[in-house]
Amino acid sequence: MLHFGTHVTILAFFLWSLLKVAVVMTVMLLGIAYTVLLERKLVGRIQNRWGPSRVGPFGLLQPLVDGAKSFLKEDLIPTAVYRPLYLLAPIISLGCALISIAVIPFGAPGMGPNGVDLFEISNINVGLLVILGITSMGVYGIALAGWSSNNKYSLLGALRSSAQMISYELALGLSLVGVVLRAGSLNLRVIVEQQATLGAWTWNINPFGGGFQFVAFFIYLMAAFAETNRSPFDLPEAESELTGGYHTEYSSMKFAMFFMAEYGNMINVGCVATLLFLGGWTSPLGDLMGPFDSPWINALLPLFWFVSKVFCFLCLYVWVRGTLPRFRYDQLMNFGWRFLLPLAILNIVGTSLWLAYR
Amino acid sequence: MEGWENTLIYNREGNSGATHSWLRLSSLNPPAMRSTRHQPVRQATMHLILFFLFAGFCLAGAINLLWQTHPINSALSLIVVMTSLAVLYLLLGAEFLAIAQIIVYAGAVMVLFTFVVMLLNAGREERTLGSRAASRVGFPAVVVFLAVIATIILRAQGLVSAHLGVGLTNAKDSSNLVVLSQVLFHELLLPFELTSVLILIAILGAVAIARREGSERTAEK
Repeated sequence: MLHFGTHVTILAFFLWSLLKVAVVMTVMLLGIAYTVLLERKLVGRIQNRWGPSRVGPFGLLQPLVDGAKSFLKEDLIPTAVYRPLYLLAPIISLGCALISIAVIPFGAPGMGPNGVDLFEISNINVGLLVILGITSMGVYGIALAGWSSNNKYSLLGALRSSAQMISYELALGLSLVGVVLRAGSLNLRVIVEQQATLGAWTWNINPFGGGFQFVAFFIYLMAAFAETNRSPFDLPEAESELTGGYHTEYSSMKFAMFFMAEYGNMINVGCVATLLFLGGWTSPLGDLMGPFDSPWINALLPLFWFVSKVFCFLCLYVWVRGTLPRFRYDQLMNFGWRFLLPLAILNIVGTSLWLAYR
Repeated sequence: MEGWENTLIYNREGNSGATHSWLRLSSLNPPAMRSTRHQPVRQATMHLILFFLFAGFCLAGAINLLWQTHPINSALSLIVVMTSLAVLYLLLGAEFLAIAQIIVYAGAVMVLFTFVVMLLNAGREERTLGSRAASRVGFPAVVVFLAVIATIILRAQGLVSAHLGVGLTNAKDSSNLVVLSQVLFHELLLPFELTSVLILIAILGAVAIARREGSERTAEK
């Protein structure tokens, strides 16, 4: 936070950071809006219909219209809610979803004038833990929303969600230990650079060149679906049982904030998966497609790789949502504690042994 | 005023020893600010401002924790206290401890607290007038007691004032995560493992007790 680039004064550092935050937030919010459209389009195709197609070409302006609609809707606050926390909950949810991007490197290091890190807001040596910490704080948004609404469906949704997130956070955290062991660092840049030595061959997801980490990838994938409350683990908002779950009593922009938080978390999970298992911003061809003469291509190509990897991950999310039915609650808990957790621990033991005796 | 000078001095030392302090920028960047003279002072001021800001949050949260009558408000104030403590750890150069504090205490332990408060649906506490003697003698007594304890500890350990922003280690290429794991898994492996076994036994004991009571209850029915 307070260590600056090579020759940058404190004022320049501050202004650069402000600029980066503004740009990244804009892109992130646009990304959230268009992830919603992506989901509606893809789920539409999976169910053999077109999805939104009327507003703009191919329905591309649909997110803007949706946003305007939720702004203009009446903002209802039920009388029996506990007001301070009822108002605070959506802010916590969305805040935690948007903060994680601050430590995610989405392009090649350096690149800016005077050694400013242009493609990352802040490079922190415990970056991965920061993301986990922020994710663990995100539970409060949902828990407080459910409790302060003073509605039994909301409360049940919140309790389910908190239990689910705490249970799967363990498997999620433990699945990442293998990757960290392999890289020997918690710095996301170091983790990416360690994987990228031979292109896609040494990505952590590769079963042959990437250590044992494809196991970790599948644990992470399943735990991440549960962490973001997405189908097939979307029990906190199971419509058939809980009407709307924790956000039953929310309307207008406050509901939209929960909605945006969910999609923001999807993007975060996609970014983390890309960094930890898919080689981050590096090219799958490794050194074969070496540095180019033009600095513009050198700066923009990594961005392209990163964004396309995250995009693939988001498509996977939507595909799973369109395919699998919802779990039952006891199945969810059994799966988390009796399958994912032991598997994650085995992965840690296996990776440690492999690193010790290779 | 010695403490203030220390805080200022650190930066000249800290930065000459490359990027080893808290939250370093990547190793790709050469050591920062060797050429300019004014910046270390400014950086220290910024550390100091951050320290007072979050120490203020911490104290405000703690006072609010006692002041609030609704248990969930108190629980949330405790979260504020723990998170600001994490920032103070960060300022003291213990980045791993700071994040662990957030993940474990603010993110896991306090979730259980709020969980329990929600499930029990505990109502507001009633505020009593309290005894006059307690407020007149009690608060000064607590302040004096804490001051004495703090002085004794500082003197006995021979500790000087803390240096904001200095990492726990000055060795290159090793964060305090590396040092911590060296100590825990190398030098103090046996005590560490014994502690974890102790905790495991406690968990198993809790489960066993809960189970026995549950089975008795079903047997009565």
